[in-house]
Amino acid sequence: MSLEAFFTWMGDTPWSIALHESQYVWPFTESVHVLTLALFAGSAMLLDLRLLGVGFTQFPITFFTGRLLPWTRSAFAVMVTTGLALFYAQPLTYYHSVFFRLKVILLVVAGVNVLVFHTRTQRTIAAWDTVTPPPRAARIAAIVSLAAWAGVIVSGRLVAYNWFDCTLHAQPAWVNLAADCPAPGASSPTGTAGAP
Amino acid sequence: MSPDWLPFFEWCEASWLGQFVRTSIWLFPVIEAIHLLALSSLGGAVLLVDLRALGLALTDQPIGALARAASRWLWWSTAVMLVTGVLLFMSEAVKCFHNPAFAVKIAALPFALGYTAFIRARVLRDDALVTGTKSRLVALGSIALWFTVAAAGRWIGFSS
Repeated sequence: MSLEAFFTWMGDTPWSIALHESQYVWPFTESVHVLTLALFAGSAMLLDLRLLGVGFTQFPITFFTGRLLPWTRSAFAVMVTTGLALFYAQPLTYYHSVFFRLKVILLVVAGVNVLVFHTRTQRTIAAWDTVTPPPRAARIAAIVSLAAWAGVIVSGRLVAYNWFDCTLHAQPAWVNLAADCPAPGASSPTGTAGAP
Repeated sequence: MSPDWLPFFEWCEASWLGQFVRTSIWLFPVIEAIHLLALSSLGGAVLLVDLRALGLALTDQPIGALARAASRWLWWSTAVMLVTGVLLFMSEAVKCFHNPAFAVKIAALPFALGYTAFIRARVLRDDALVTGTKSRLVALGSIALWFTVAAAGRWIGFSS
């Protein structure tokens, strides 16, 4: 089964349709998703500012990685849960969204950055916990993190705009390629066009 | 909102700035995205100190030291929120006039700002490591006020 067929099936399940069409549950889920940014992206940014050596330099880095990160992780769990629910409400629309695809790529970049920082850079942290500015690898991790998460937030917000929605209007070639748009004339999948 | 204010909202929307944002396809979404980025850094700067004052995180550092370090980021983020927020508002002021969520947000905002600048800043500057009842209450008030502003702000797009 192709992803396209899988998401078509998913979008036609009763719970997906119910969530998509609900008057309050969808906006409520979306609000939780956005407001949790304040805790998730907010606390991640504070750590990045410390890693860059531009803020909170009187506190050791392990103070943030040890005491703030549990909050960042819990908030991330809420973001992923609500994000998956929102995706489930309109899977095919997001699958063919240029901005959603960009968001997923940036999420992967941010994730790899976190992984490299935790498994490699952070191993020697005892030597530079209170040093300002921190070593180059830590500052690079902070810049990549700030840029990737900012990109995730911006592209996530732009998913709501349908300028490049190939299920609604004909699109230029690059959009058709990037969003894997169905060929013109192909039978259009049901229940997705005209999504708000 | 009082109907007396409608002409002001109409004036905002008809202004050069309101027209400029509204007539562009890209400008509103891009300003909205910047508004959201500033929400993240404002939220981080506020919650870091409030969680500490509640005794829920970072309790091995004094509240005052954290609050002072966060304050710069808090007020810069607020400045970006206000500038982008005014631009978004100008472009759809008449819609906002009729929007109950906007009324809640705009009523709560001065309280959140005043509370943060005068009450919270005054209470949360203690350099002792203890977490007192007073700090806890002030932090709860801060979270409640900013949550109201943010949640009502998000709901502007859902209510009509």
